[in-house]
Amino acid sequence: MITAGIDIGAKCIKVVILKDGKLAAKAMELSGFDQKSMSEQLYKKALAEAGATEKDVAYTIATGAGKGEFALATERVTEVTADAKGANIADSKARTVISVGAEEGRAIRCDAAGKVVDFAINEKCAAGAGAFTEAMARALEVKVEELGPLSLKSQNAVPMNAQCAVFAESEVVSLVHSGTSKQDISRAIHDAIASRISSMARRISIENDVVLIGGLGKNPGFIESLKRDLATDVFVPNDPEFISALGAAHIAWERASSKGGS
Amino acid sequence: MAKYPTEPLKCWNKAKALRQEYYDNFVHARERGAIRWAGGAWAFDAVPYGLGEDVFPMTGEPYGASTAFESEFSLKCLEATENAGYARDLCSYMRNYWGSILLDKFTFGGEFPKPDFMWQAHICCSHAKWYQVAKELEGGKVPYYCVDVAVGPFDTIAPNKVDYIVGQLLDGIDWMEKVTGRTYNDRLLIQAVKNETEAMSTWAKICSLNKNVPAPLDEKSMYSLYVFGVLMKSSPKVLGLYKDLLAEMQDRVKRGIAAVPNEQCRVMTDTQPPWAFLDVFRYMEKYGCVSIGSLYTYGLTGMWEVKPNGDWGPKTTPMERGVPMNTREEALKALVEWNLAKPEWQHFYDPSLKTDMMVRIARQWKLNGVILHYNRGCEGLSLGIAENRLGIMKAGFPVMTFEGNMGDSREFDKARTMSRIDSFMETLGMKKLES
Repeated sequence: MITAGIDIGAKCIKVVILKDGKLAAKAMELSGFDQKSMSEQLYKKALAEAGATEKDVAYTIATGAGKGEFALATERVTEVTADAKGANIADSKARTVISVGAEEGRAIRCDAAGKVVDFAINEKCAAGAGAFTEAMARALEVKVEELGPLSLKSQNAVPMNAQCAVFAESEVVSLVHSGTSKQDISRAIHDAIASRISSMARRISIENDVVLIGGLGKNPGFIESLKRDLATDVFVPNDPEFISALGAAHIAWERASSKGGS
Repeated sequence: MAKYPTEPLKCWNKAKALRQEYYDNFVHARERGAIRWAGGAWAFDAVPYGLGEDVFPMTGEPYGASTAFESEFSLKCLEATENAGYARDLCSYMRNYWGSILLDKFTFGGEFPKPDFMWQAHICCSHAKWYQVAKELEGGKVPYYCVDVAVGPFDTIAPNKVDYIVGQLLDGIDWMEKVTGRTYNDRLLIQAVKNETEAMSTWAKICSLNKNVPAPLDEKSMYSLYVFGVLMKSSPKVLGLYKDLLAEMQDRVKRGIAAVPNEQCRVMTDTQPPWAFLDVFRYMEKYGCVSIGSLYTYGLTGMWEVKPNGDWGPKTTPMERGVPMNTREEALKALVEWNLAKPEWQHFYDPSLKTDMMVRIARQWKLNGVILHYNRGCEGLSLGIAENRLGIMKAGFPVMTFEGNMGDSREFDKARTMSRIDSFMETLGMKKLES
């Protein structure tokens, strides 16, 4: 039985195809301006990689900020529900899920079945989301993928007080002018995001295992800052940016199975 | 097919007409030789009624909320206030009110009507300055009187604290006679106190009927009705409306008439809503979710007490308790004791008092969850919400929080709040109903 999950995020679209509940294919592409068309193209591409077509799919669940754009969905679930389920699949002991994508940061407490118990979402603020690292990388004139490794080479913790992306950028510029190394500034940037994310996570009471998902899960500098701030280990699954789509695909599989799909 | 029958409220048109009459009376008071006063909704509004039957109030918070609902005009008011140098993080009701004076435009049309005097109570830091600044913006000549009420929560009230406030009200009556040139009538005061206490207890009876499943009244509709308790709670017309509404609600309960015909989930909110976006309550109904009200609507217009069986119910009025009200002093004492027990007054002092009240409602009104508003527009009533959240969750009720502003639409993200409601409904196990 083929089921699919599609996560239409602010920056990227991710598709996961399952065959009998096991990963069969996955695909990711930038969302662009035409999310409807892009999501359908990517969906078909992932199905082709799994050796299937639309007709073979028993159930498809869409999630993400753009989930309403995807006309081929059987059902839509919120990002919170998909994140919790996906994290539970990646680590059955996951009880706190921290999801940081391009647009939004979320903290979710869930039970052993991956059901949401409580959640918190960052308010209108770029400083708690992945887009913040992109803005800061531009200010620092490095590629965004270099920011994490640079941060790990830092020798000094430099405080950064900015509460928002706009002020943080001017603070980075000031640090550059004061001769602070790029390594230390990179760490300061990650510490600032981690501080915001972990204070949001504390609102829902942190319980181990803590699982980090979303695009920022690929940033080793942020992972280190988050571990330091939470004073606990943080598990990052493979392909953390696909976990929400994986969760959606698994919910789809459960729905189809309960309806007697084959 | 709907789960329960529903029908429009019969009192609706009467309520609408009464609200229109309230603002018309204020605007046209001078043409009729009447008196108009401005002040907070928490002010002791029974007291000015002693000046005569042609004394008309306009309370600032409902005016700020009505202005917020007209978001285009509200934005002009807020910007006018900011241009005058006032900070953007002040009370947003107050900023809408000040902005209206600065623009000399009234939300309901025409120029902003200048009051004959201002009568206020210091319930929070904003209320302490609101009419002081309003007086300055009006040219500095409108007489202004303010009552200090910072005597602590209801469980610490002692005779000396009541006397402290009664003393200020007695001085206030002398002051009113001086600034209006009228002779004060104690009979009218006593009647106003009786009207107020009975109206507020009646509103609590109305809210109590929402313990029934299905709930006969929903929060969005409630906003159009509770408001009379903050516009002119001492008016006999409000008491009349609430008596009619109570009879209508009793009839709806008897016949099983629901506010939300597919009710399958019950929540409540806490403080002021984002007035420009009341459709969020209609959005929840897509899940069959009824908000049975809020601590704000229940506890600002309603007066409550713990009954012998432990239930939260309508407060026994001074008349029912046989409290003497034959003199000015006796009436003022009854009025002060009554108002200091107001539920919404309590959590200015300690967030645990709010948590206790909300948990009590959550249990007795059979709720599935609670929604809390981190309201940037009201520091006073938002104080301690994070602690309320923890307390309510500890009592076993799921809680959703959202950030917004009751009176400044620039600080509310509707799309994200809707998305958050979707997530909360999913955690409660609710699915959108087929339309």
